[in-house]
Amino acid sequence: MIGSSLVPCGQFKTSYSEDTTLFLTPASRRFCIAAIVLAAAAPLVLGPYPLTLMIQIGFFAIAALGLNILVGSTGQISLGHAAFFGFGAFASAWLNSTVGVPVLLAIPLAGLMTTLLGLLFGIPAGRLKGLYLAIATFASQYILEDFFARATWFTGGSSGAMAAPASLFGWELSGDRQYFYVVLVFLVVMFVLGANLLRTRDGRAFVAVRDHYLSAEVMGVNLTRYRILSFGISSFYAGIGGALYGHYLGYVSAEGFTILQSIQFLGMIIIGGLGSVTGTLMGTCFMVLLPEVTEGAVSLIKQVVGDVPGLTGALAYIKEAAIGLAIVLFLIFEPDGLVHRWRTIKSYWKLYPFSY
Amino acid sequence: MSRDPSIVPDRHPVLEVRDVSLGFGGVRALTGVSFSVAKGELFSIIGPNGAGKTSMLNCISGRYRPSSGQILLDGSDVTGLSPNRRATLGLGRTFQNLALFGHMSVQDNIMVGRHHLLKNNALTGALYWLGARREELAHRRVVEEIIDFLEIAPIRKAQAGTLSYGLRKRVELARAMAVSPKVILLDEPMAGMNLEEKEDMARFIVDLNEEWGMTVVMIEHDMGVVMDISHRVMVLEFGCKIALGLPEEVMANDRVKVAYLGIDEDEQVA
Repeated sequence: MIGSSLVPCGQFKTSYSEDTTLFLTPASRRFCIAAIVLAAAAPLVLGPYPLTLMIQIGFFAIAALGLNILVGSTGQISLGHAAFFGFGAFASAWLNSTVGVPVLLAIPLAGLMTTLLGLLFGIPAGRLKGLYLAIATFASQYILEDFFARATWFTGGSSGAMAAPASLFGWELSGDRQYFYVVLVFLVVMFVLGANLLRTRDGRAFVAVRDHYLSAEVMGVNLTRYRILSFGISSFYAGIGGALYGHYLGYVSAEGFTILQSIQFLGMIIIGGLGSVTGTLMGTCFMVLLPEVTEGAVSLIKQVVGDVPGLTGALAYIKEAAIGLAIVLFLIFEPDGLVHRWRTIKSYWKLYPFSY
Repeated sequence: MSRDPSIVPDRHPVLEVRDVSLGFGGVRALTGVSFSVAKGELFSIIGPNGAGKTSMLNCISGRYRPSSGQILLDGSDVTGLSPNRRATLGLGRTFQNLALFGHMSVQDNIMVGRHHLLKNNALTGALYWLGARREELAHRRVVEEIIDFLEIAPIRKAQAGTLSYGLRKRVELARAMAVSPKVILLDEPMAGMNLEEKEDMARFIVDLNEEWGMTVVMIEHDMGVVMDISHRVMVLEFGCKIALGLPEEVMANDRVKVAYLGIDEDEQVA
């Protein structure tokens, strides 16, 4: 992984396997395990609304990690991620209702179906770069949106598809509390897989293609193959995220997967930190919680100042504008994302108070 | 001053360039250049600016496809192959203008050089403990040997883009070595370096050739270094081969003198 160069003192690696661990220090591993344990305890403490938000963070983060592997690590661009997310949702609902696959199996299978679709749409991507690629993926967004509206046998057309709740050994995981654990397990597994991918051969090849494709080719990396593969992997994550989303809502509508959602995915990884696994989660939290914070701020203004005319009516616009503003501010002031800010804070405290 | 030329060029040519020509529209970058490089040889290509040295290297590494002629690597024709296929067959190279993966650590940069030798893929890589771990660690060991050899251990975790010019050149050499190539192509490995860095680099290239037994094809402008360490030298001018031979033969060649120093008209009259 692309780690910071500042390692706390007393860290001496004595074997190669110690030097290639997922976490830079034992402390950060413990921190991560503690975070997972805390998250697992959350349904016992949190009310229904915060729990809904956490579940949302879960499936969006999985999809965003896929986009980050494609955009952040491989340096490709995709404006059609929401369409693949949607395809995953429909595929899982279809596998469950039409083919009869149990939900927990249908979710990874939907991921695989979306992978195949991603590989197909990735073929032009293997040959295009920059703005041209952006337009090509833009096309995939609209082709798929149209497909959702027309393929009645698959998506239910304009009336949408029903997605049954998940069940395990006859035990229905339908409530938010139960479903939270399903999402948490998928989140942890997908993030560990992603982090592993990025520290092995193909992950390095992705970053090599991004940083200097000419010399990557001279090192034996097949550019076309890796660009397409990156699309496939990104779609796999989108498909899993989408499937989790579908079974959470219980109903998948063709209208939910617009270009706006694709841009939001891009926002998540830009704010979190391009190419960073941890950053993806941070950025997703930020994007999901930002509208809530905006709403809180608006109601605070109302309490303090009194009702400003038009403020409540404008709330929906303020929420959208806040997302746009956040992306712009991050691009200007912290283009490396939240994860970079987090590293800066950590290294500040490591050296405190003798930072010079 | 040249090293003992005990290597016979045509005994076992590991790289053979046969009558290669390259044109860009009306410009002829290379015209009918032929040479062969023996296994274990340190072969230098020199020539004035724009003589076609880098074009020659690009033809060998696959960046350019020659308009005519053949390139054979270890006896097999690679003329039509893509650069990544050639790397798989054992061709490593460095670039004149740095071409490292700027955001990766030095160690990861060098690991990319092992790409074609590693077997793990996206699936076994993602299932690290069940799949790629053993292989990754084995290759990490090889990479560490290269790191030790080039004396870059203190910077192995540094981000490649943040290093100084001289160190980046060295990391690039490390990355090319990691390919375990049959032939390693070095495009101006000493350009822009100070004397101390040049001496280090020259030492590394000689050791690379003698201790690691790698066949080296090098482009370099520093005549002192070229004449000191090369087994044989080829001189290009305007895309044509004007001389090929031992360093002292090349130095004594009249056409080379003219190419480098120009014609002294007074002397011609006399």
